[in-house]
Amino acid sequence: MHTNPYFFLIIFVGVALVFPLAPLALAWLWRHFFQPPKPGADKNATYECGVESLGDAQIQFRSQYYVYGIIFLIFDVEAIFLIPFAVAFTGLPVGAFVVILVFLLLLLEGLVWAWGKGGLDWAK
Amino acid sequence: MDESLQSELQKQGIWVTSMQDLYNWGRKNSIWPLQFGLACCAIEMIATAASRYDIARFGGEVFRPSPRQADLMIVAGTVTKKMAPQVVRLYNQMPDPKYVIAMGACAISGGPFKQGYNVLKGIDRYIPVDVYIPGCPPRPEALLHAFMELQRKIDGQKLTGGDQAAFLRAEQPSEYPVPAFGAHDLQPSKNDTVFHPPHIERV
Repeated sequence: MHTNPYFFLIIFVGVALVFPLAPLALAWLWRHFFQPPKPGADKNATYECGVESLGDAQIQFRSQYYVYGIIFLIFDVEAIFLIPFAVAFTGLPVGAFVVILVFLLLLLEGLVWAWGKGGLDWAK
Repeated sequence: MDESLQSELQKQGIWVTSMQDLYNWGRKNSIWPLQFGLACCAIEMIATAASRYDIARFGGEVFRPSPRQADLMIVAGTVTKKMAPQVVRLYNQMPDPKYVIAMGACAISGGPFKQGYNVLKGIDRYIPVDVYIPGCPPRPEALLHAFMELQRKIDGQKLTGGDQAAFLRAEQPSEYPVPAFGAHDLQPSKNDTVFHPPHIERV
């Protein structure tokens, strides 16, 4: 008998539908005939750790936070350059040593400037 | 079905059962406890779940971190009055059918802290408890024994009829009132629909 070579796909689709739908249907029948649903305020609550949720999930960070972001960047970049500097320290010529000192001085100056402007005070 | 007929059929290689037996058999062998411990009893509960005592032999190894997936609440340890509303709310968030094991002296009565001001004198004041385990703390064998008692209880629950299980009846509540912090004590201090202390006659 000649059959379409893609006939098995229809069987697959049928199994894929029955496999999840049968337990759902069984659960629905069980609910209908035996176990009445009992929803409630606690059961329908979003949070499920026993603690009541309070406040709003849609909060915003204050825009003053960008100052900390920039100052963090100073230390972050500094660390990236300091580690190879420290590794190669013994083999460095005097010129390279002076260059990294200038680099550190620039960053230090930026930090002192930010500190003086009150950038390290926590924004209220 | 008649017991003798069932065994007679079984000898012929025919296995018959009822929906109630099948349902209870499945439920009692897959009791998923809620994963939370309150005090030192929780250490014994952890030991029960670990390889030496191995609660997995009874189908209870799947400790669920969410009450929505749990069948059994093991109240393992001292329930302080600060914690009691959270415990009741967790119980409320569990779907039916749900069971409670009160593990240890503190959970069943307040234990050594019974005369204190800050410990709840038994979790059965707010939620219905199925199995009580005495001990301070109870050994893992005691928890396993309680687990087997609970399995026996589940096995005996009826699907239909006048004595059908409470969780199947529509009028039976699934949630119990959560106590609130009052000026001196939890308000209310106990749930009278759940808590029935024994009346002691003193002569």
